Amino acid sequence: MTAQPEVPDGAPAIELRGISKAFGPVQANKGIDLRVSRGTIHGIIGENGAGKSTLMSILYGFYRPDSGEILIGGNPITITDSQTAIRAGIGMVFQHFKLVQNFTVLENVILGAEDGRLLRPSLSRARGELKRLASEYELQVDPDALVEDLSVGHQQRVEILKALYRQADILILDEPTGVLTPAEADHLFRILRGLRDEGKTIILITHKLREIMEITDNVSVMRRGEMVASVTTSETSPTQLAELMVGRKVLLRVEKAPAQPGAPVLEVRGLRMVDAAGVERLRGIDLDIRAGEVLGIAGVAGNGQTQLLEILGGYPEAGAKIEGALRLKGQPLPLTGSDAGARRKAGIGHVPEDRQVEGLIMDFSAWENVAFGYHDAPEFQSGWLMDQSAIRADAQAKIEHFDVRPPNPELAAKNFSGGNQQKIVVAREVERNPDLLLIGQPTRGVDIGAIEFIHKRIIALRDAGKAVLLVSVELDEIMALADRIAVMFDGRIMGERLPEEATTADLGCLMAGIEPGTIAPQDAIPPAALHVPAEGA
Amino acid sequence: MDRMPKWADVILTPLISLALAFAISALVILAIGESPIEALKVMVEGALGSSYGWGFTLYYATNFIFTGLAVTVAYHAGLFNIGGEGQAAMGGLGVALVLLAVPWPHWALALPAAMIGAALFGALWALIPAWLQARRGSHIVITTIMFNFIAAALLNYVLVNLLRPVGSMDPASASFAEPTHLPKLSDMALGFGMEWGKNTPANVSFFVALAACLLVWLLIWRTKLGFEIRAFGKSERGALYAGISPVRITVIAMLISGALAGLMAINNVMGEAERLVLNAVEGAGFIGIAVALMGRNHPFGVLLAALLFGFLYQGGGELALWTSVPRELIVVIQALVILFTGALDNMVRMPLERIFMALRRKGA
Repeated sequence: MTAQPEVPDGAPAIELRGISKAFGPVQANKGIDLRVSRGTIHGIIGENGAGKSTLMSILYGFYRPDSGEILIGGNPITITDSQTAIRAGIGMVFQHFKLVQNFTVLENVILGAEDGRLLRPSLSRARGELKRLASEYELQVDPDALVEDLSVGHQQRVEILKALYRQADILILDEPTGVLTPAEADHLFRILRGLRDEGKTIILITHKLREIMEITDNVSVMRRGEMVASVTTSETSPTQLAELMVGRKVLLRVEKAPAQPGAPVLEVRGLRMVDAAGVERLRGIDLDIRAGEVLGIAGVAGNGQTQLLEILGGYPEAGAKIEGALRLKGQPLPLTGSDAGARRKAGIGHVPEDRQVEGLIMDFSAWENVAFGYHDAPEFQSGWLMDQSAIRADAQAKIEHFDVRPPNPELAAKNFSGGNQQKIVVAREVERNPDLLLIGQPTRGVDIGAIEFIHKRIIALRDAGKAVLLVSVELDEIMALADRIAVMFDGRIMGERLPEEATTADLGCLMAGIEPGTIAPQDAIPPAALHVPAEGA
Repeated sequence: MDRMPKWADVILTPLISLALAFAISALVILAIGESPIEALKVMVEGALGSSYGWGFTLYYATNFIFTGLAVTVAYHAGLFNIGGEGQAAMGGLGVALVLLAVPWPHWALALPAAMIGAALFGALWALIPAWLQARRGSHIVITTIMFNFIAAALLNYVLVNLLRPVGSMDPASASFAEPTHLPKLSDMALGFGMEWGKNTPANVSFFVALAACLLVWLLIWRTKLGFEIRAFGKSERGALYAGISPVRITVIAMLISGALAGLMAINNVMGEAERLVLNAVEGAGFIGIAVALMGRNHPFGVLLAALLFGFLYQGGGELALWTSVPRELIVVIQALVILFTGALDNMVRMPLERIFMALRRKGA
């Protein structure tokens, strides 16, 4: 399987031989072989649930493999816990950062790697080390800033610094660009290339084909717990990788007919919102969402999209002051004093941005989650009790329509992969045939097969004459799905574009809060000018 | 996937915890120079060896079922109600007021009225902490424990100054009228021509407690309200998204919880003492926490755990009576059981999970 060129100067940085790991009857990793050459960026790509995270957790000592061998620099090693992994030179940057929010950057960097009982020597040593790393790898962060005040991109740098401070030679990054703006992602890639050129080995776990093609030297593809291919990136193509991941041919573009927009379904006028802490989150939003169109809201996370969705969905943050007017199908819709249940009855479906915290109750079974939010629907009641057989039958049907796997409605939501969890939420909201669908980050952490499926469903809903409000931080997704694009920045709509006219650079400017025309020709803007202020600041 | 089979989770884990608790208790008994085997024999015989023992065991278990269910309902809403003690005490006041105010002709009429009084007073006592939690964010653990003290002081005042019959020196209410006395289980057995549990306090409330188990199970797992309570207990954000009002669920769950705790009074006040005395609850409100923990917050688990604690209570009493094991040691044994089955649950569970994983791997 390993078709990589042999490294001339000895053993690969990491070699896995026949790694297997089972959780109960689920075989998460099956006889994985992997060779990562020293001084390369190695991509690992695969759908959610393909076993990437399990494999990396084995490398970092969170799980012990049932069988198989790990070699670091040619030497067999047993990784019993993360301390062993760190000593072996492995550093990990998780998707969800593991930083203490109210500590400074410096304190976070030394946390767990203090030299002695007194902090001061460690701190001053770390300060010098940080300075060196910053200049060497473009990893500038203010060492005395509190982590909670940093943008997501900077927090990620702190995670990388932590690993480097612990003398990591092998850096593993799990979905590192999921939370970054295009500009921040570009910066991250520059850092990673710099690290590689210094001889570090980097493993990049992602489901984004574009990133794989852009930055990796080699790429390994996982599918259903197996390593199905390892290839040199320059010798492959996104289409080939996508096919390897999914095991069949995939459409990377969404095929859709031109929109046939009708009358406005939702009219938003002068929507303002000041949250309980007194921060103005929405500064006068005007939007029309028409029947039969997808309005895409682009923007970096934290610019008011979440607040907009919550207000439209009927559950704004407690204590917030909200002004403005909403009209649904011409009828005034109360801004507050209503709840999410009333919104659903009015014909608004909502796929929330965070399925694990809002869209699903993770401990509930799939069938209970299919009723979640619609649990007071008359067809689910039988006298005083809930009609479990009706709900189960409904869930079974939705699970079949949406090809949720495994097709077992008794399984708890937490036991489904991210993509299948999202399918459950989308099935629940779309199959109710709402007049307006609010959908936030529909494919965050969702694998390619499921993305294709969910995108098709959104388009189908649009073609059925329904209105869709799509909020996504993935510009590709907005470009592919939206019939109109509105860019949000700092609680405002910076501008609207048609996808066929919009360029990434143009949208990038709007996302960064730069009015078009204030800077001369847009194409001349270097990516570094697209620096975006800290999230939530 | 589940880490181990359900039977191991539900039965094996608590049994091993229990065995550990008893093993350490045995060591303590050895250390004070008594025979643990002898002690166990006295406890088992005293609590389970005769219908007399069973009569007491079931009486105590009835108390613990009510308070255990109270903790369970609140737990499912993500609320830790440790105010069962105060709510049960107030329930007693409700029972006493209902029974003293009306000349009830028959217990079958008095019981439903007393139940309403008990549930209402218990629920109202839980309402204030619930409202403070829902509206003001005051932590329910703090407020409910405070309300235990307030209830004790209030009852003291009411008994001494208001309910104490003129001329009595005892801080207790007048005895309830004869027709309100609940049938004892021993009377009911006699009705079937059986001699069972003579002179024991177990009474018809036991069946009310069993019915309560069933109703709570239905509530939590079969009704829309239960669905909302569980959803809210798992994720407040999720509840908001689904249109479930946190304020409403917090208040309703605590009202039900308080009502259940209050209902205990039909057993101890109406069924046993037949008047309201000071400190009638005798710690059953706190035992309810251990019962709910050990019963995995499932009504049937609560029933089994309540029986176990009933056994410990009655057996412990016998132990103090018939051996030179001091009464305080009973508290030690009970504490160890609570410690192992409740607080140290994961100590047993995790190694057990590992064993099952290893077994499965070998089998696979």
